[in-house]
Amino acid sequence: MLLDQLASVLLNTEFYVAIVRMTTPLLLAAMGSILAERAGVVTFSMEAMMLMGTIGGIIGSGVTNNVWMGVLLAMIFGMIIGLIYAVVAVSIGSHQIVTSVGLNLGALGLSAVLYALTFTRGGEIIQTVIKVPSLPFWKVPLLGDIPFLGPVFFNHLPMVYLGYLIVPLVWFILFKTTWGLKVRAVGEHPHAADTVGISVAKVRYAALLFAGALNGLSGAYISIGMLNSYMENMTAGRGFIAYTAIVFGKWQPINVALGTLLFGAADALQLRVLALNIGIPYQFLVMFPYVVTMIALISVVGRASWPAASGLPFKREEG
Amino acid sequence: MTELLRLEKIRKTFPGVLANDNVDLVIEQGEIHALLGENGAGKTTLMNCVYGVYRPDSGKIIWKGKEVTIHQARDAIALGIGMVHQHFKLVPPLTVAENVVLGLPSKREPFLDLVAVEKEILETTKRYGLDVDPKAQIWQLPVGVQQRVEILKALYRQAELLILDEPTAVLTPGEVEELFEVLRSLTKQGLSIIFITHKLEEVMDVCDRVTVLRDGCVVHTVNKTETNTRELARMMVGREVFLKVDKPDLIPGEVVLEVQDLSALDNRGLPAVKNVSFTIRRNEILGVAGVDGNGQTELADVIAGMRKATSGKVVIRGSDVTNLSPLDIIKKSVAYIPPDRQHTGLLLDFTLTENLIGKSYYRPPFSKHGVFQKKVINEFSSKAIRDYDVRTPGPELKAKLLSGGNQQKVVLARELSGQPDLVIASQPTRGLDIGATEYVRTRMVEARNRGAALLLISTELEEVLSLSDRIAVMYEGEIMGIVPGKDADIHEIGEMMAGVRRVGDRTANAGKTEVVKVS
Ligand SMILES: Nc1ncnc2c1ncn2[C@@H]1O[C@H](COP(=O)(O)OP(=O)(O)O)[C@@H](O)[C@H]1O
Ligand SMILES: [Mg+2]
Repeated sequence: MLLDQLASVLLNTEFYVAIVRMTTPLLLAAMGSILAERAGVVTFSMEAMMLMGTIGGIIGSGVTNNVWMGVLLAMIFGMIIGLIYAVVAVSIGSHQIVTSVGLNLGALGLSAVLYALTFTRGGEIIQTVIKVPSLPFWKVPLLGDIPFLGPVFFNHLPMVYLGYLIVPLVWFILFKTTWGLKVRAVGEHPHAADTVGISVAKVRYAALLFAGALNGLSGAYISIGMLNSYMENMTAGRGFIAYTAIVFGKWQPINVALGTLLFGAADALQLRVLALNIGIPYQFLVMFPYVVTMIALISVVGRASWPAASGLPFKREEG
Repeated sequence: MTELLRLEKIRKTFPGVLANDNVDLVIEQGEIHALLGENGAGKTTLMNCVYGVYRPDSGKIIWKGKEVTIHQARDAIALGIGMVHQHFKLVPPLTVAENVVLGLPSKREPFLDLVAVEKEILETTKRYGLDVDPKAQIWQLPVGVQQRVEILKALYRQAELLILDEPTAVLTPGEVEELFEVLRSLTKQGLSIIFITHKLEEVMDVCDRVTVLRDGCVVHTVNKTETNTRELARMMVGREVFLKVDKPDLIPGEVVLEVQDLSALDNRGLPAVKNVSFTIRRNEILGVAGVDGNGQTELADVIAGMRKATSGKVVIRGSDVTNLSPLDIIKKSVAYIPPDRQHTGLLLDFTLTENLIGKSYYRPPFSKHGVFQKKVINEFSSKAIRDYDVRTPGPELKAKLLSGGNQQKVVLARELSGQPDLVIASQPTRGLDIGATEYVRTRMVEARNRGAALLLISTELEEVLSLSDRIAVMYEGEIMGIVPGKDADIHEIGEMMAGVRRVGDRTANAGKTEVVKVS
């Protein structure tokens, strides 16, 4: 009975569509942060960047009535968090996890305030978010018409296609460009990088801005794309799940992408089973992706090899 | 010869320390110039000023006839100065080629062009006889090869002056010979080399001229052919020195320490000590030679109870002490002189007195019913400071304010004043000047003569050779051989240190006739 229903979920195209849909925000966020992580900065503040992306998207789109302005503002908001984080963690050298926790909590409050300021006056809703323009579906000509593969892969929001490209792109940047080499060196042995004239701070700032842009984009995908609405804390911890995917994938772009796929699939499964309404209390279903995340993390923890300078602020021995 | 680099009146201070004072130095093109001095003489600081790590407080740096200011390493590199630091600046997970090009623009910017780089590296390695695989990752390479990568890095950046900071400290005797060959071939191509060292033989071996530094000042610059090791030693220390410690022949007594098939892991959880067995008797010093990082430190830690053995046994005077706590082992009359007096050896923020009673403060006569006996403690401390010649304004000084040599004397006083049966000394003279080294060595031989068994771990081969009754050589956690200290063959020991020779225990039968078991 239960198995039958599960089978019906697994045989349904919608499940696979949902996997791609649910993986995308994790993928964009994780790929965005991987460079900063590789440069030795712990990007535990991804949740903050994504939250600011969700509110940036809805405000940009709502105020200008142009969804692309929403995308742009989401990326800018994400980058602002990246910049603040860079100033505090890279320049001042404060503890990165603590700073991240502060940013994550701050962004939660700030996004709620920004929402209230933009969409309400004196407690009255002046603009309903439902009417805010949202991202269009782009169906790829020809490919989109292939049975099964078409709907699963080629009829999505624009960010999904970016997600397809971002994995090889990040891999290429990391391993095939001089900048990627600098990133890896800075994360493993910043003193060595410093003595050959690389600015450790510059590399980390750039990587954090890149992370901010992509995490912001991921937030926009959630608010003005996937859900087309806004609520408080609407990322629901996806920033942390994406962070986990980075650790799970051991900082290798392809493995990290597979990690986001695993967590995205868990999310999709939970949604589809929820839709079936088969009597499993919904709290358990909602828990499911987080439990998968924890199990995945436990299975690699201890064996994950962090970038050697991860979380350590860099200071020259003497100026 | 043309002048390449000239330093004029370089002065560099750190808070409370005058590291370099009025230093003049001239480096000619194509020479190997030794910078000789004891630890703390200011050699590294001076070169860091040239390389842009530090800025001198005053003085001039003149490069090829023009005065230059060097703000950071990048500037020095741009001028054609390369430096190989004592601690390599290589990124372990990256390949040789990646390390070599790190920070340089690529010919196909922004893309890497590693294939072309690997080819260039191979050409350079052929030209100078540096044998390096450009595709290997740094962490896979032995230290000697890593050093070549550092040299390669400098050559790839067209260095005309190569500064090597104590390059032989991490090498086996065989590797030292190879390095010297490379250096000679470099100077043939017109490079100049500054070779920092405190080892006199190396100066005589490979250098053309020597500048001796003492207490931050230049004592003298001489041609090698016009001097000898004795004169250099005198200039370096400022007085006559006798590093040979007199050691009477003694017949070893009962077995004090017995180590059987001992294995242990290092901090990363990898095997560091592998099936090590040996014994030490009364009136005997067993020296453990080996390049740093071959399991010697871990071995000492296990015996002292500071690291768990994964298998095997440690037996002290007949009783099994394997994996007991450090305190239980101390109670077996064991003294431990750790390799890092700053971290393990002393509590730097505590006073000398507190440090001196650090191992026995809890028991009489120092404390009774849980109360310190101030008078007894103070008497003990004053006597220890006197006996061990600790130069200090008073016993209430914090340990961190002492110089390295005096800090080590405090450690010795604490460890040796209780007349221990077993002394584990790990790198006891590391970082000490010749005077303090002499002192520490004399004290250890005294302990031996009194009847203690000593385990001496040292990466200074010369120290092991001059003090040991028997010498064990460790390589990658294993003992490659144990040989008598008298007339030891340095060549053979060098080969064991490099892991290419294994001789077993040549001393196994000595003294076996009178195995006494006392517990
Ligand atoms: N960064 C630093 N801060 C303070 N003192 C230092 C620093 N570096 C070196 N010193 C001091 O300067 C002196 C010279 O040190 P150093 O140049 O390392 O000597 P050497 O290389 O000849 O052994 C020593 O007294 C040392 O303690
Ligand atoms: Mg030095």
